Amino acid sequence: MKRSGKRWNKYLYAGVVMTGIAVLLGVVGFFWTPYSTTAMSASEKFSGPSLRHLFGTDNFGRDIFSRVMQGLGTTMVISSLVVLFSGMAGILLGAVTGYFGGVLDEAVMRITDALNGFPSILLTLVVISLLGSGRQNVIIAMSLVFTPSFIRIVRGEFIRLRDADYIRRARMMGVRKIRILFIHILPNIFSVFWVSVMIGFNNAILAESGMSYLGIGVQPPDASLGNMLSDAQGYLQSAPWCALAPGLTIVWLVLGFSLFSEGIRRQGDLA
Amino acid sequence: MKYLGKKIITLIMTLFLVSAAAFLAFQIIPGDVVSSILGTEATPEREEALREELGFNDPPLVRYGNWVAGVLQGDLGVSYRYSKNMTEMMPVAELIGDKLPVTLWLAALSLALIVLVSIPLGVLWAKSRSHAVDAFFGVVTQMTMAVPSFFLGILVTWLFGILLKWFAPGGYVSYREDFTGFLGYLMFPAISIALPKIAMTARFLRNSMLTEMGSDYVRTARSKGCGEQRVMYGHVLRNAMMPVITFLGMIVAEIVAGSIVVEQVFGLPGIGRLLISSISTRDFPVVGILILYITFVVIFVYFLVDILYKVVDPRIS
Repeated sequence: MKRSGKRWNKYLYAGVVMTGIAVLLGVVGFFWTPYSTTAMSASEKFSGPSLRHLFGTDNFGRDIFSRVMQGLGTTMVISSLVVLFSGMAGILLGAVTGYFGGVLDEAVMRITDALNGFPSILLTLVVISLLGSGRQNVIIAMSLVFTPSFIRIVRGEFIRLRDADYIRRARMMGVRKIRILFIHILPNIFSVFWVSVMIGFNNAILAESGMSYLGIGVQPPDASLGNMLSDAQGYLQSAPWCALAPGLTIVWLVLGFSLFSEGIRRQGDLA
Repeated sequence: MKYLGKKIITLIMTLFLVSAAAFLAFQIIPGDVVSSILGTEATPEREEALREELGFNDPPLVRYGNWVAGVLQGDLGVSYRYSKNMTEMMPVAELIGDKLPVTLWLAALSLALIVLVSIPLGVLWAKSRSHAVDAFFGVVTQMTMAVPSFFLGILVTWLFGILLKWFAPGGYVSYREDFTGFLGYLMFPAISIALPKIAMTARFLRNSMLTEMGSDYVRTARSKGCGEQRVMYGHVLRNAMMPVITFLGMIVAEIVAGSIVVEQVFGLPGIGRLLISSISTRDFPVVGILILYITFVVIFVYFLVDILYKVVDPRIS
């Protein structure tokens, strides 16, 4: 992918196109949507997909395409924040435990091992039940739950690199520890780290929409792909597009991202 | 035997730690819930009486001891939100009792589907030498893994319930009234849980088998004149199943989590739905017990997997 004039493989190509469209819609959705996301219209309840309303309208006559745009934005912002927070926490803890080892390492590894076996939805629910529901708490809960997987990856890489020749040399020259950790080692783990960021982002999208679907994430009237689905479920018979639009959008987003990361992985293998 | 003993000790240690964590999280941290149960107009005497009744005045260690003793004897505490009638509080055990079979049957059906479909599928996939079959399965598994379970549930409802009319969405029948009707309805949520896991397991088994098929003992088996069937099922599959068993253990944990969401989609009165509603109403005793219960199930499954592993491969110690 980087600099080389090599052709993109088909995974990367499909992934970039799918993700690109989704990101574009989400970003545009922050500033402009074809219709207001909350404007109701009694005369246009449950109108099917048409040129006027691409994805149709819902039970209040709101334009679903506009709401999907807003929901995409919400989902992507939450997922990005989660990956950002847990990724940073993972880098910090993984770097320290991997490089220094010792008691802290032992303790952190025991905890991450124990948490690793548990489905992330369950852990998120535990944290949310203590914090209460809502957008901020979902971000906090998911960041906590996603951190162990990042710690693992980063720690493994730091263990691999801590005795590399160039690090030994840096130590001998008396480079400060903090500089070794973050200037000498950190840049060298990014190729591995990126893949886990991608996977984390995908899981975050699924978890966020799941939480919103269960009614403990983003609260109405704000649109999120998850709560649109749960609203639409009641009208599945008369207006299936209400459910299909946000649902297929999630599938699109997740599929795009996993093709993207698969593409990067394969491209990297060949390089 | 030594292996088993070691595993059992680890199991007990883990259970202890988990219960302590659950107690800390759901009994100590929430603090005093008395005013939220009684409302703001209760007299201080009434509040004090309830505090005494719920054991809030004891030191935490005593409370933990009482709580564990209670849980072991089937006394799971009382719900803060549900009440039996005007005077009595609802025991958590009663609240969970008739919801548990729904979730257990759902999990059992899902697991049965996964095992029965994914293993033959994985074998077929590994045996096929055709590029088209390979590409087809690759795309299908990639697709199913991208569909979140709740949306899959909605799609299943739409396809089988509304378009094909194989079942009535929302027409859940209790297992007490009509057991076959109950299982019939449960099939559809089970399919929603199982489908992505089938894709994953089949893919996993196929990769595992392909690795085994290239190894020396397979060549030896062939050269000594073993039939293709015997090589495949007697040698390759048996060895390829090893990592799949561990994988299935993880899948069971995922089924438990998946059922929380899927119960919501299909309106099943199981413990997953109870968990969600208890979280929204901050009914901590119920949440604590349910989390503890689910955690125990997950830990116990991992324990069983360890044991099973030893049975399948005696070299493990």
